Amino acid sequence: MRIVVLVKPVPDPGEERLGDDGRLDRSVSAVINGNDEYVLEAALKLVEAHGGEVTLLSMAPAGITDPIRKALAMGATRAVLVTDPALAGACSWSTTQVLAAALRTLEYDLVLAGADTSDGGGGVVAAGVATLLGLPYLSHARRIEPFDGGVRVERLSAAGHDVLEATLPAVVVGTQLLGEPRYPSLRGIMGARSKEIAVRTLAEIGLADRPVGGAHATTALLAARRPAPRGSGRVVRDPDPVAAASAIVDFLVERRAL
Amino acid sequence: MGGEIWVVGEVDAAGALTKLSGEAATAARALGEAGGREVTGIVVAPEPDGAAASLAAFLPTVLAVRAPEMARRAAAAVVAARIVALAAAAQERPAYFVLSATPDGRDLAGMLSVLLEIGVIVNATGLTWDAAADGVPAGPRVEMQPFGGRVLTSSGFTGERGIILLRPNMVTAEPLAVPGSVEECTTGEVVDLPLVRVIERVVTESPGPSIEEARVIVAGGRGVGGPDGFAGLRELAGLLGGAVGASRAAVDAGWIDYATQIGQTGKTVKPAVYLAFGVSGAIQHKVGMQTAETIIAVDRDPDAPIGEFADLFVVADLAAVVPALAAALRARAG
Ligand SMILES: Cc1cc2nc3c(=O)[nH]c(=O)nc-3n(C[C@H](O)[C@H](O)[C@H](O)COP(=O)(O)OP(=O)(O)OC[C@H]3O[C@@H](n4cnc5c(N)ncnc54)[C@H](O)[C@@H]3O)c2cc1C
Repeated sequence: MRIVVLVKPVPDPGEERLGDDGRLDRSVSAVINGNDEYVLEAALKLVEAHGGEVTLLSMAPAGITDPIRKALAMGATRAVLVTDPALAGACSWSTTQVLAAALRTLEYDLVLAGADTSDGGGGVVAAGVATLLGLPYLSHARRIEPFDGGVRVERLSAAGHDVLEATLPAVVVGTQLLGEPRYPSLRGIMGARSKEIAVRTLAEIGLADRPVGGAHATTALLAARRPAPRGSGRVVRDPDPVAAASAIVDFLVERRAL
Repeated sequence: MGGEIWVVGEVDAAGALTKLSGEAATAARALGEAGGREVTGIVVAPEPDGAAASLAAFLPTVLAVRAPEMARRAAAAVVAARIVALAAAAQERPAYFVLSATPDGRDLAGMLSVLLEIGVIVNATGLTWDAAADGVPAGPRVEMQPFGGRVLTSSGFTGERGIILLRPNMVTAEPLAVPGSVEECTTGEVVDLPLVRVIERVVTESPGPSIEEARVIVAGGRGVGGPDGFAGLRELAGLLGGAVGASRAAVDAGWIDYATQIGQTGKTVKPAVYLAFGVSGAIQHKVGMQTAETIIAVDRDPDAPIGEFADLFVVADLAAVVPALAAALRARAG
């Protein structure tokens, strides 16, 4: 089974900030988006059980390879990094076009993506990628199970879960319930150094003259500000239980919540 | 007059309109009034009539699209195909869509974005209509609170079209004085999207109010100690008219369902009151709840990070505080 996992390097959660140009400052240390690690783990388990290989596909600035090396160290076979100066400031529509175009140059049975990204990404890209490629789209998965020629997915619903089936190739979006991602082993880390990260420009994936990238963004940031800081909190240390309870009740009353 | 604003209503497992759909309709109506645009509601469902009538409480015109295949097919591709067909048949293509920031809404937005070639702004916390500025035409201005609310941003669409995904509880749903009308509507086929079969729908949870909609959240973490500890938190939530939330540690331990997880890979919430018990306040948890109006934390570790951003931090053993607080609340309720 050949699986492509879409992985996005994101600023370390809690460290994100906007640059003066209103774009995400990518100079802070980057990690693999948390939700992408869950689907990567699922992909690694699938190839362990069924054979095959895992290719990482990422669109990111050229310098940001540490998170991709880490994902390779976890066990992915190779990586494809689409990078182009024109892509700085790309909107989700552009990102969708780029990832779909890159996928057209790869061979796969399954494409996996994380539910959303911690840097403000909204979890709309994978559905668009599936639609552009004409592939079945199965989202919000807590379990992914291939069968002959198809894939079965348990999709979380408001009331429980739905069992979905589609033919392969397909695009599946997964959640944290797929299971805790593994840590790279020392052997994995050593091995990752020699694994291939194939770098592709827009021209190399056939998008040279297409209106994608920052200059063609469909959305624009107009203003950004910091919220008013929270006033410093009140601390009640080691009260007895009744005093603790009445401190909370009084506070709720003060805040007009009771 | 420019292109219309379309609101796609979502239906729950019982076929009823979701609360968030009424909020999206209300937000879209205000947008339409300010921008001089017609606003139309759309419900695509196997039996759309009930939900369409509910949506018409908020909008002058609602199209009810019967899609029997949705009973056996994953929703997004069915709804997207119907909407593209409606857009193709409309006199003027719709300019803006207001959808729900839910898993279904995101799936639909991703598909519509490429099918209609329009941008998406996700996780809106506020919506206004504004004049042209900074190279962006007059149109919706979308407020967001990315990075767990550490920044407040305002964004717009560079073309005169776009899709907005609205988060729950950002707008108070306000019905019209006179409900609108529902029009039954059939569509031709414009795009053929691969369908995904639904083999089975498994219902495991009693569909209570989701934590995203609750005004009060009583959250538990590893410090709660086990599934039994959550019984006490459920009682508190009941007394406060709220819902129970959890940290990932509690979810990973299997003490409570993933649907209650708050944080980076769980839900983002903005309740009036967030009461945390035995939650340390790790950054991945904090990003999901730090925009709560009031944060109260009980933790026995005086150095727990949550103490740095709680409005009231009670340093105590929760095992004793939970029953005492329940007793105090019961006493108040008389
Ligand atoms: C990619 C990624 C995504 C993540 N996403 C999320 C997410 O969405 N949501 C999330 O919550 N976490 C998430 N995490 C995990 C996060 O980093 C923390 O591990 C988690 O939030 C810790 O949960 P906790 O606060 O319940 O546990 P702990 O950090 O173990 O805190 C337990 C607290 O309980 C206190 N305590 C213990 N016993 C008592 C007692 N008897 N009385 C009072 N206090 C007591 C302790 O002092 C401590 O402060 C994510 C991590 C990663 C890497």
